[in-house]
Amino acid sequence: MSDQVGTITWISGPVVRARGSRLVGMLELVEVGADRLVGEVIGLKGDQMTVQVYEETSGMQTGAPIYGTGLPLSVELGPGLIQSIYDGVQRPLPLIEQAMGSFIHRGARFDSISREKRWKYTPKVKVGDEVKGGAILGVAMETDTFEHRVMLNPDDSGTITWVAPAGDYTVADPIAKLKMGKDEKTVTMLQRWPVRRARPFINRRGANIPLITGQRILDTFFPVAKGGAAGIPGPFGSGKTVTQHSIAKWADAEIIVYIGCGERGNEMTEVLQEFPHLIDPRTGRPLMERTVLIANTSNMPVAAREASIYTGITIAEYYRDMGYHVALMADSTSRWAEALREVSGRLEEMPAEEGYPAYLAGRLAEFYERAGYVNNLNGTQGSVSIVGAVSPPGGDFSEPVTQHTKRFIRCFWALDKSLASARHFPAINWLDSYSEYLEDVAGWWLEKTGKDWLTMRNRAMELLSEESRLSQIVKLVGPDALPYTERMVLETTRLIREGLLQQNATETVDAYSSVEKQIRMLELVLYFHERGMAIVKRGAPINLIHDLPVVDTIIRAKSTVTNEELHKFDDIQKQIDDQMGQLDAEYRS
Amino acid sequence: MSEVTVQGGQEVVGVARIEGPILVVEGAANVSYDEVVEIQDSRGQLRRGRVLEVGEGFAVVQVFAGSTGLSIDGTRVRFLGSTLHIPVAEEMLGRIFDGLGNPIDGGPEPLTDHYADVNGQPINPTARIYPRDYIQTGISTIDGVNTLLRGQKLPLFSGAGMPHDQLAAQIVRQATLGKVAGAPQTEGEEFAIVFAAMGVKNDVADYFRRSFTESGALTRVAMFLNLADDPPVERIVTPRAALTLAEYLAYERDMHVLVVLTDMTNYGEALRQISNVRGEVPSRKGYPGYLYSDLASMYERTGRIRTSKGSITQIPILTMPNDDITHPMPDLTGYITEGQIVLGRELNFAGVYPPVAVLPSLSRLMKDGIGKNRTREDHPRWGAQLYAAYAKTQDVRALASVIGEEELSDVDQKYLKFGRAFEREFVNQSFTENRTIERTLEIGWKLLSMLPRKELTRVTLDEIAQYYKGDDAAN
Ligand SMILES: Nc1ncnc2c1ncn2[C@@H]1O[C@H](COP(=O)(O)OP(=O)(O)OP(=O)(O)O)[C@@H](O)[C@H]1O
Ligand SMILES: [Mg+2]
Repeated sequence: MSDQVGTITWISGPVVRARGSRLVGMLELVEVGADRLVGEVIGLKGDQMTVQVYEETSGMQTGAPIYGTGLPLSVELGPGLIQSIYDGVQRPLPLIEQAMGSFIHRGARFDSISREKRWKYTPKVKVGDEVKGGAILGVAMETDTFEHRVMLNPDDSGTITWVAPAGDYTVADPIAKLKMGKDEKTVTMLQRWPVRRARPFINRRGANIPLITGQRILDTFFPVAKGGAAGIPGPFGSGKTVTQHSIAKWADAEIIVYIGCGERGNEMTEVLQEFPHLIDPRTGRPLMERTVLIANTSNMPVAAREASIYTGITIAEYYRDMGYHVALMADSTSRWAEALREVSGRLEEMPAEEGYPAYLAGRLAEFYERAGYVNNLNGTQGSVSIVGAVSPPGGDFSEPVTQHTKRFIRCFWALDKSLASARHFPAINWLDSYSEYLEDVAGWWLEKTGKDWLTMRNRAMELLSEESRLSQIVKLVGPDALPYTERMVLETTRLIREGLLQQNATETVDAYSSVEKQIRMLELVLYFHERGMAIVKRGAPINLIHDLPVVDTIIRAKSTVTNEELHKFDDIQKQIDDQMGQLDAEYRS
Repeated sequence: MSEVTVQGGQEVVGVARIEGPILVVEGAANVSYDEVVEIQDSRGQLRRGRVLEVGEGFAVVQVFAGSTGLSIDGTRVRFLGSTLHIPVAEEMLGRIFDGLGNPIDGGPEPLTDHYADVNGQPINPTARIYPRDYIQTGISTIDGVNTLLRGQKLPLFSGAGMPHDQLAAQIVRQATLGKVAGAPQTEGEEFAIVFAAMGVKNDVADYFRRSFTESGALTRVAMFLNLADDPPVERIVTPRAALTLAEYLAYERDMHVLVVLTDMTNYGEALRQISNVRGEVPSRKGYPGYLYSDLASMYERTGRIRTSKGSITQIPILTMPNDDITHPMPDLTGYITEGQIVLGRELNFAGVYPPVAVLPSLSRLMKDGIGKNRTREDHPRWGAQLYAAYAKTQDVRALASVIGEEELSDVDQKYLKFGRAFEREFVNQSFTENRTIERTLEIGWKLLSMLPRKELTRVTLDEIAQYYKGDDAAN
């Protein structure tokens, strides 16, 4: 399988050139040098090939061999992915640690999915069934509760000639046989898929169900739909990672794929240590039991960082194909773009903006296009939602990665340095952010909560933009110059900002808000506004409203009222009625 | 050009091209990428270098000491066959080395057969222990609102003429393992200190040496010095050599190591210089596109691993050109490190020491090292409240500058007073003042008590009942 196909002629960092066979394929996986490091052919010209190497090339020599494999860079798919942590080219980090110790050395070769572990398998097809690519052949219990639907490779189809009886099998054991034309093919629970090729589906469906994240500023104000794509750009320390971790914890997806792409080791360790102890509010199972982690930290080889995004999205598509909702987090796509730039620079390609290759936009488009809510080949429906962090140099959103990303996403969560400095978290700027899914998901809210979410949400946004206009005036002349009605707006927006938008990811109660809690809080704040406005219009001085004890109660409600005790909001509403009622009575006469 | 093979590696006589600190050597076979070379000039003087690129029959070599005095025909290049390694040993504490790890204190070469690759290896994320133990530095702006943990990387972003060296020295001198607020202060475990200087003036290195001597720490310090008049290219190696020793001490000798790297901005300039000479496509401000990965390869060598009791905590110091935090060096550093302590010009002018600009400063790991059973239960919310109040102070100040202080509302007036007191009493402390965490929390509550109770929405009502001492405490 691996014959020598070339001889190394040039080495610079992760990029190697070689001379040899003209039969090597573009994007073919190769083994490089005496240590047989993993690499991928990224350029061909005559008998010259250019290879990006997924491991550290120190010590490699010219004249050393390159071996072909005849296969493109692929991932292994099958039961056992969940709860795994892989590097960018799907090497299992725990096995690397077992074999090599605390530090990652070169030349690690391990199966991505265990060949020994047994899974409880139940067939869903019988002999004689005609099956097409993607067909569900059976199910394996991947965790105590997660049903892994074992599918036929999308490229295969035929007639079932043999089916393994229900039982415990490894991914290497045959579970069915298939007659494909003249050939008979043995099928196992394991399949390989080239990472750079999107897995096929029948067609896209409308994306009109929100991905509920439990984050108020996201769900209530800037929702992303299941199957949609969102970008979260922001300067360092503004909250990209915390927001993505929160989504990974609380999003109502069945599978989470989290890609730490060129970021910190400690952040991955944090997920690894925390997720097994956090309970998914929907299934009652540890969050780790729905999570796949890809960790190619900033100090790991840069070419594998480039691959990590594809490894992750392919795994996400695989679970989508089973009919699940998958949410994928990529932190940070900028580091991925930089990996492209670094490899491109070594190839002395003509740079476009800021040294990035001209194909940057195309690659970003390909990645975000792999999000979607689709009808699968096997008749199920599933989705992949993508949330990509962007790390613009100097926090300047006019740079190429942010700008191009904006073209391919429909939801933009703009983090703001000054909010972060004031410890307003999540530091998502409500005036710079947008969601193009608002109308799409409004029906879902109505059905789910029976309330006109969109109108309320828009009303709150209106007040916030009014606030922004008013604060310009306040900056010039002070608040006293404003009429009471306008100051009432400022009272309400303070409640919106501190009570609704601010959400502390580290506090147990506040970290996750159910949809019902979110809409109730929104309703309450708007109710406060209506009542207050009516009183102020009758001439009551604004400080009387400002000093109402209920103001403090509303601001604190996010962390004093749990998702299970929503009736407490009725009490708060009653407090508004009581306290405002008194004022109302005074100023009515 | 001719090739001679001598013991310990092949040797090439003569080079094809010299450009800045870069040599192109032709006629060498089987050169390894990244291997070390020894370069001999025509007078027999030796210097070292490293292979940056290899092709068929040629190698591109970076000379650490620069190429001054090297000639095309008179230069001999010997390829040593392995990447750059330095000796590592516990006895290196108390010693002074040059930027490549050679002793310059007149003492002998470290006696050890333990040599380690200066590039290190990435820590497997599964092998890490997430940092949770806080380090008490005795400085309120750090312990209180930007808590430093063992195994964290927390840089100081400063500017020319600001007291970052004093602050770093104070941290090093006072650092002990943190205790729960109110617990008796016992002698903490001592830190080993690895200090690396890149392109700083001799008096800076001297300042640190004196400071270590005075605090009696000198025997626990290893210094790696590449000073302003030392070859710039050597700076590429200096922090790596220092971290290589730190890794050995932490992960093989179970020590808690504090690494101070100063000044990373000079490091960045050296990297830029080499990149420019090689004609690489620059990204921002002439810095190479791989600056992020390059910095990460050092900053990520911080942390704790499960197989050892030790830890590496990093405090890199960066002077921001023009005090510009968006300059690529602080910017990319901030994207890698776990927060930053930013020094502010205005506070410094106002005579506040340490002039820590609290708002842009951040410790990301703080949340995991404070609170109940670590410092005190109210600490996280107390910190958020101080931040929020001080941020509000900035708005009030801006407003006051337009409409005048007298026109401010009562509440805003109180914010102004709070802001001044915060800078004078909380931020400001003397170079020798070592505050306990309890004291820091107490000062904070005293300041918060200057504000109306209703303004404190970040702390709980219970905490207000317990600690708030303001005029309207009763309501
Ligand atoms: N929702 C939140 N609740 C509480 N704290 C938050 C929240 N969001 C952000 N923070 C605070 O901000 C800090 C920085 O956030 P984070 O690490 O997510 O930044 P980042 O944008 O990912 O930065 P970088 O680009 O450098 O990785 C966190 O350590 C935390 O202290
Ligand atoms: Mg981050």
